[in-house]
Amino acid sequence: MDHLDRLENQSIYIIREAFTKIERLAMLWSVGKDSQTIIWLARKAFFGHVPFPCVFMETSYDMPELIELRDKLTKEWKLNLIIARNDEALAQGMNHKLGRVVCCSALLKENLKKTVEKHNFGGLIVGVRRDEDPTRAKERYFSPRDKNMEWNVEDQPPELWDQFNTDMAGGTHLRVHPLLHWTEMNIWEYAEREKIPNVPLYFAKGGKRYRSLGCVPCTYSIDSHADTYDKIREELRTTKKSERSVRAQDQESEDAFEKLRRDGYM
Amino acid sequence: MTQPSEQLKIVIVGHVDHGKSTLVGRLFYDTGSLPDGKYEKIKASCEHRGMPFEWAFLMDGLQAERDQNITIETAQIWFRTPKRQYVIIDAPGHKEFLKNMVTGAANAQAALLLIDANEGVQEQSRRHGFLLSLLGVKQVAVVVNKMDLKGYSQATFAAIEKEYRAFLTQLGVTPKLFIPIAAYHGENIAKKSTQMPWYTGPTVLEALDQFEIAPPDANLPLRFAIQDVYRFDHRRILAGRIEAGTIKVGDTILFSPRNKISHVKSIEAWPGEGRQSASAGESIGITLAEQIFVERGQIGSHEDHAPIEADVFKAKLFWLGRQNLEVGRRVKLKLTSTEVECHIQSIEKIIDASTLAEKNQNFVARNDVAEITVRTKSPIALDNYDRIVPTGRFVIVDKHMVAGGGVISKGEYPDRREILSGVKSQNIFWSKGKIDREAREKRNKHKGAIIWLTGLSGAGKSTIATDLERELFTMGLHTYILDGDNIRHGLSANLGFSPEDRQENIRRVGEVAKLLMDAGVLVITAFISPYRDDRRLARSLVDDNDFIEVYVNAPVEVCEQRDPKGLYKKARAGQIQNFTGISAPYEAPEKPEVEVRTDTQSAAECVAQIIDYLKVAHIAQDFTI
Ligand SMILES: Nc1nc2c(ncn2[C@@H]2O[C@H](COP(=O)(O)OP(=O)(O)OP(=O)(O)O)[C@@H](O)[C@H]2O)c(=O)[nH]1
Ligand SMILES: [Mg+2]
Repeated sequence: MDHLDRLENQSIYIIREAFTKIERLAMLWSVGKDSQTIIWLARKAFFGHVPFPCVFMETSYDMPELIELRDKLTKEWKLNLIIARNDEALAQGMNHKLGRVVCCSALLKENLKKTVEKHNFGGLIVGVRRDEDPTRAKERYFSPRDKNMEWNVEDQPPELWDQFNTDMAGGTHLRVHPLLHWTEMNIWEYAEREKIPNVPLYFAKGGKRYRSLGCVPCTYSIDSHADTYDKIREELRTTKKSERSVRAQDQESEDAFEKLRRDGYM
Repeated sequence: MTQPSEQLKIVIVGHVDHGKSTLVGRLFYDTGSLPDGKYEKIKASCEHRGMPFEWAFLMDGLQAERDQNITIETAQIWFRTPKRQYVIIDAPGHKEFLKNMVTGAANAQAALLLIDANEGVQEQSRRHGFLLSLLGVKQVAVVVNKMDLKGYSQATFAAIEKEYRAFLTQLGVTPKLFIPIAAYHGENIAKKSTQMPWYTGPTVLEALDQFEIAPPDANLPLRFAIQDVYRFDHRRILAGRIEAGTIKVGDTILFSPRNKISHVKSIEAWPGEGRQSASAGESIGITLAEQIFVERGQIGSHEDHAPIEADVFKAKLFWLGRQNLEVGRRVKLKLTSTEVECHIQSIEKIIDASTLAEKNQNFVARNDVAEITVRTKSPIALDNYDRIVPTGRFVIVDKHMVAGGGVISKGEYPDRREILSGVKSQNIFWSKGKIDREAREKRNKHKGAIIWLTGLSGAGKSTIATDLERELFTMGLHTYILDGDNIRHGLSANLGFSPEDRQENIRRVGEVAKLLMDAGVLVITAFISPYRDDRRLARSLVDDNDFIEVYVNAPVEVCEQRDPKGLYKKARAGQIQNFTGISAPYEAPEKPEVEVRTDTQSAAECVAQIIDYLKVAHIAQDFTI
């Protein structure tokens, strides 16, 4: 087994545990590179099937390329797609100019909360990785959230030997993080090896590419000539920029992102 | 060009404030591994708090951690040397967050244990050392930090090394290295310190590359832990992970507990074709040649290297739960995919993990380590920890939370497989075909039998039957009462009270009792059953030993006086025909197994007398009253 095999097998184990132990499980599917990795791993875990709904959080500021790939794969892979939108906030004109964090809270965090309540999901598979930011570095594979979706990071239950906290007290739901141990580099190594479909935005065109995809107004492209897997890997090896430096909402203040995450953001 | 594929997970442990997070921050800085702008961010964050620069802020990502300058939650960060990639796990040192330290350390293949030169060996220095040994982290380098505060004194370093080496030796741990450093100043982190020319060993960075990655032992016996059974595309797929060993298409696989056997028909894969074999660490799915009932929690092995099947075993436990774990309290045990109710049967020893001193108490408190005997509700498949790690360790779940972990100690465990089946593991009992009465009785831990109460109407059969059942039931035995209420209205609704009908009724009761007994139940029947021949007929349906005739004796005058249902009155008035004792005979048993006198004994005495007989007759051996 090489390092990608090890990562893959661990993630499949986690996804299968989640499927067995959690009632009304769903996954958050943003169609970004991490989501694509998870959905691929799920298909491996369940031999070509994705036996739970895939929730797409639509903000109306979504990248059109993601929507296009989403709709194509939903058909091809026979996915049970749930599109979640905070129409109420959108009707009141919510947008990033009212404050990026405010906007994220409404269109993603609140949206997510309502969706979880509506479908009464017992657990959500989410594609966060520890190398993305310092709060995610402290995550567990199975992370309980209370009924307000809050993450009590100061008092997380222990997690060892792949024995996950799957027994929940009432009112809680679980966040499941099968990619926690992957790095951005691993995602690309694996995408190449497995030929996982991804939006073309990640590959450089005219000297620009995206490293991380969010909403159109709050995600910046980077200067890059990496238009192949090889070049992306080379770029990652030498870059000293962090992945989420291109996500404007993270940069608002020192604790902006931590607050969002404690409140239930991915 | 691809990445170095080799990865090592290393945990940084030690007492609070001894400089663990600082070490990681400084290591990143000195090797040019900090992302752009990170240094400036940390600087701003410290200035904003009006404190001097803190390297620890690289790892201490939570506001609460920075505000208090303490690590609360384990964090992981990636680090590269030309040799390989590292996952550096920074653990908290405060006692309050031991569960987070364990979470971090349980993942690691090697550890750096930090000791502050100024404070010396402290409570968590020792406790963490002990836990590392329990968690199976065998490679440890001890780093003596803050040497600057001791003028980089070789004597201080030597004294700490001596003290801590002696401590680790008691645990059977041999530290790889002792390294003197000043993390804050970068001394001996990535480059050799000029302040400590007396030290000629490796720097921290060099020490990392000296840790070894143990290759997985390919010679271990197969342990395939079943996670789930899927039915996709008309295939029944057993999904799970190979915890040890190798599985191949065509292999004969024994599933424990319950000893089911089948052959591997295929190892499924997606996308693409199936494969011929799979080994430790792989999450796979297989199909079987013979369809047998297998479920989550069972472990597949080869027949000649089966796991132990036990419901009592010894273990070393570390407890992180807020609530004490007392002897006898029921909690859940998880071992690979097995989940079972369990309790501590006895505590052999409780150790204060920070002093190694023995504590005298009959419960395991938070942060204690204990040697215990565990009893599970039903037998599970397991291994000794020193033989096969993944099936030799478990966690305890208390109040929805993982609250402790344990490793199964060396020991000779009576293999339940043998006890249950009376045959050695190699000769598989359960798979021989039908489950029979003997098998059920062995699981129930008592025999099935028919306790046949006979006596006049009003002699007290129903009272005794009810009291007896309650008594046996609370002892954990499987029981059932057959009486007029549940037989006469249904099964025998078409029968009256003529001798022929009475005979037929008794025959039916006898047959039903026999079925229940075969199901492993202690059946109590409460019928007048006045005719000797009829009772003999009922007895003849089963083995003589299985039929316990209990004569519930009271003189007819006493019964008539009690007359609980007013039947004697009606019989005397001629309203009921063929009434036993009045207008029909009662043939008292000649040699009943038990005779109780309800006119001179209390109901409780009668019940006790019957239970005494059950014990003597070895119907149920190890029950206690
Ligand atoms: N003088 C001196 N101070 C140091 C050194 N290394 C760390 N410190 C200081 O010791 C304090 C604690 O350092 P941390 O790195 O937060 O300690 P820690 O072991 O991570 O603490 P916890 O994670 O909370 O257990 C900080 O104020 C550091 O600046 C050193 O080599 N010399
Ligand atoms: Mg720290």
